[in-house]
Amino acid sequence: MTTVHEIHEEATGDVPIRRITITVNGERRVVECEPRLLLAHLLRQGLRLTGTHLGCDTTNCGACTVLVDGRAVKSCTMLAVQADGHEVTTVEGLATASELHPLQEGYREEHGLQCGFCTPGMMLSAKALLDENPDPSEEDVRWALSGNLCRCTGYQNIVKSVLWAAAKLRSE
Amino acid sequence: MSQALDENKIGGLGVSRKRVEDNRFIRGRGNYTDDIVLPGMLHMEILRSPLAHARIKSIDTSRAWEIPGVRLVLTGEMAATRNLAWMPTLSYDTQAVLATDKVRFQGQEVACVVADDPYIAKDACEAIDVEYEPLPVIVNPEQAVAEGAPLIRDDKAGQADNVVYRWEVGDQAGTDAAFEHAAVVSKLRLHYPRSHPSPIECCGSVADFDRATGKLTVYMTTQAPHIIRAAVAMVAELPEHLIRIISPDIGGGFGNKVPVYPGYVCSILCSILLERPVKWIEDKTGNLISTGFARDMYLDGELALRADGKILGVRMHAEADHGAFFADAQPSKFKIGLLHSTFACYNVPAAHLTARGTYTNKAPGGVAYRCSFRVTEAMFFQERMVHQAAKDLGLDPAEFRRRNFVRADAFPYRTPFGFLVDSGQPEACLDVGLKAVGYEDFLRQKEEARRRGRRLGIGISTMTEPLGAGNSREYDILGIKMFDSAELRVHMTGKALLRVGAKSQGQGHETTWAQIVSHELGIPADDVTVEEGDTDTAPFGMGTYASRSTPVAGAAISMVSRKIRAKARKLAAHLLEVSEEDLEWELGRFSVRGVPEHGVTIQECAMAAYGNMPDGMEPGLENHAYYDPPNLTWPFAVYIVTVEVDPETGVWDVLNTVAVDDCGVRINPMIVEGQIMGGLTEAYAMANMQFITFDAEGNCVGSNYMDYLLPTAWETPGFELHSEVVTPSPHHPIGAKGVGECAAVGGPAAFVNAVMDALDDTGVRNIDMPLLPDRVWEALTQHHDVSGAPPVRTDD
Repeated sequence: MTTVHEIHEEATGDVPIRRITITVNGERRVVECEPRLLLAHLLRQGLRLTGTHLGCDTTNCGACTVLVDGRAVKSCTMLAVQADGHEVTTVEGLATASELHPLQEGYREEHGLQCGFCTPGMMLSAKALLDENPDPSEEDVRWALSGNLCRCTGYQNIVKSVLWAAAKLRSE
Repeated sequence: MSQALDENKIGGLGVSRKRVEDNRFIRGRGNYTDDIVLPGMLHMEILRSPLAHARIKSIDTSRAWEIPGVRLVLTGEMAATRNLAWMPTLSYDTQAVLATDKVRFQGQEVACVVADDPYIAKDACEAIDVEYEPLPVIVNPEQAVAEGAPLIRDDKAGQADNVVYRWEVGDQAGTDAAFEHAAVVSKLRLHYPRSHPSPIECCGSVADFDRATGKLTVYMTTQAPHIIRAAVAMVAELPEHLIRIISPDIGGGFGNKVPVYPGYVCSILCSILLERPVKWIEDKTGNLISTGFARDMYLDGELALRADGKILGVRMHAEADHGAFFADAQPSKFKIGLLHSTFACYNVPAAHLTARGTYTNKAPGGVAYRCSFRVTEAMFFQERMVHQAAKDLGLDPAEFRRRNFVRADAFPYRTPFGFLVDSGQPEACLDVGLKAVGYEDFLRQKEEARRRGRRLGIGISTMTEPLGAGNSREYDILGIKMFDSAELRVHMTGKALLRVGAKSQGQGHETTWAQIVSHELGIPADDVTVEEGDTDTAPFGMGTYASRSTPVAGAAISMVSRKIRAKARKLAAHLLEVSEEDLEWELGRFSVRGVPEHGVTIQECAMAAYGNMPDGMEPGLENHAYYDPPNLTWPFAVYIVTVEVDPETGVWDVLNTVAVDDCGVRINPMIVEGQIMGGLTEAYAMANMQFITFDAEGNCVGSNYMDYLLPTAWETPGFELHSEVVTPSPHHPIGAKGVGECAAVGGPAAFVNAVMDALDDTGVRNIDMPLLPDRVWEALTQHHDVSGAPPVRTDD
């Protein structure tokens, strides 16, 4: 496992800087940042993982959802320093080099996205559900995704996408 | 022996081809404006007014300048030295970029800061001290036109009151006469509440001015990059060839990303001043309180009716609240957009509409939120009126509609307001919908349930939407005529690059546009790359809004493909050594008439265009087309909703939603259905929860997603879609009509009519949207109409 050392930003004035260690998509990253830096900003600007999107900054839209130690977390309301020592999975960690995750396939197969902005967060919320409940009902899926807003699709196809992925994962 | 290709195999017309763009979106590799990083890039933040109406006494920026990492603190006064404190809007009004004299709505831009880091820029905004002197606040049209009302736009020479426009259309005398002969006059006062389109991605821009070349490049969240380029050229006094607008991936638009916002202008100005790239990304509160609102219209209507249900005349007055600046994109021949498309699918002999727009202390409003310039309000008015008229006459609402529809054999049909509706089969759509929902059976269930104390209701809404703005006779924005464009380059091996003047915000253009080329030329859709949104490479186009992409840009793609085919025919004649007249075209191939095995493929023609063209022929196989549609296209739809209302709580649940959309030929049925489901969700949201209101001080109630309620997967009902009825547009090259907004336009009335139907024995005629449980409960228990904000009509 590669260890990288990255300086997120230069210190300005008397702002304190913390050094933290996060495992992101299986890779250990050591980062220096202000304690007030949000996890979402660390991922996007610091680590250039721009698949995590920011829609609302208030924990409502869910576009910034990532997994922290396997649990779905809205990274716009978690400080980067709170992730110190934890494992983070972003959308970039779903596919392997050669293969898409069944959720990614499901979203494509069932037309579960339009503008694609909410999609990474949706898929990670769905992954947290499927990791816990491999055979969810439509109602389970709707409830699990109720923290993620989408303005394009009408949700029907998103639900179908998740159920498609669940079936594929069960058959694997 | 034909060797014709199968459209299904090459991804042609009517194929539910999987979306090309999904490949990057599902991997998190989209490229949205906030993902752009340029060397040396700085970050901009905007300071907004906390008050809705106030005089600015002083702005002290000294504390902000002292913060390490701050590069620029810009005020309106400084912008004025560059002639940029004010900008023209897309409606021939003016809007403050940064307020100099007064603030006129809560959230208005007062100053901006550029710093090394967005956190520092936010800190610095908080360190700016602004002294305000509060002024009386106006939050609705009634207050705006009241005697002694404070003048909001005292910056405009000659503006003596708060009226933006007065407008009228139709035949007043004829309509008055119709009302004199009416057996019954049915009246309703409706409020279509203020709403925000609220794409999940906020607005933003990255401006990069290069002093060495004089070139300004701006990445931005815009639905209409070429229009923005024109606006920037006019405002910043830079020539177009030194301006490049790039609209990368966009996280939803819905009309919200059409206007020019002060943030865009500030980032450009700051980049010019600092000679470094400047990124501005709005936060959600800034987005909700300051960018393109929609609706906010009071509709006061009357129908003149014969006892047998025939509509004799329609009257309506609209009071439109435009906020502090009239800033929406406005097709200039239609002061209030296409409001007068109302009753276009009904045979109405006489109609007369008046409208008045007012300035208030709210954010600039009036954008066409997922609709074609005010058609949403027009169709909501139409379908609520029709429902109530049927009830007032004691007629079945479905039967009432049937008696008044324009018959399928009467198209093209000229409406009382002068529109020529090209085609349609209203009754056929209604039949499909009624059968799908089990109409008669549901009416029996409703009666049975009523006897047991349960309240069921069924609501129908039909709509037709004038799509495909423009034709250049009638449509322009800032004097620029409305048409659209496509440029197609077929490379020598038959692979192709298509560039289009439209700009997707999630509609799937990269997928469907290639399908049109595939249909016209037989080139596999996978061999066609689609590019949009870069003004340096795309042909001049008017952008994507008002469901105009397929009707206008889609037509341009057909036309440019046909030009390519015409040249390929000459090449084929040369290759086959016959005359052009002796050739037959089948998908992807020319063959000699009567000798089908003797032919050449489109790919062989492409190769010949670069290597074996006839003497005198210009090499290459590329062309462009600018398409100016002869008319609008008119999709038609029927939406039917069944609900159960809980009389104890006022909560209503959707039992079933049936949608029958006749949008002509469907290029990609999967994508069309996705658009309809999205539109139905927005319709459900409008009827149920989604509205923004203001308190008496002009504070925006709904400045974040905790207060501005949008439906989630949990609330949103399922939808049943029908596509049995297909009426191709008679003038569109492939018979398509546009569809993305239809359900959002026609849907809300279906939900409201269903709840009103469940209350049809209470004497309640109207509950204004959104039908919140407390409003429904109040109507049920008090037996009176419930309005969120009382409709206003103050005659002046």
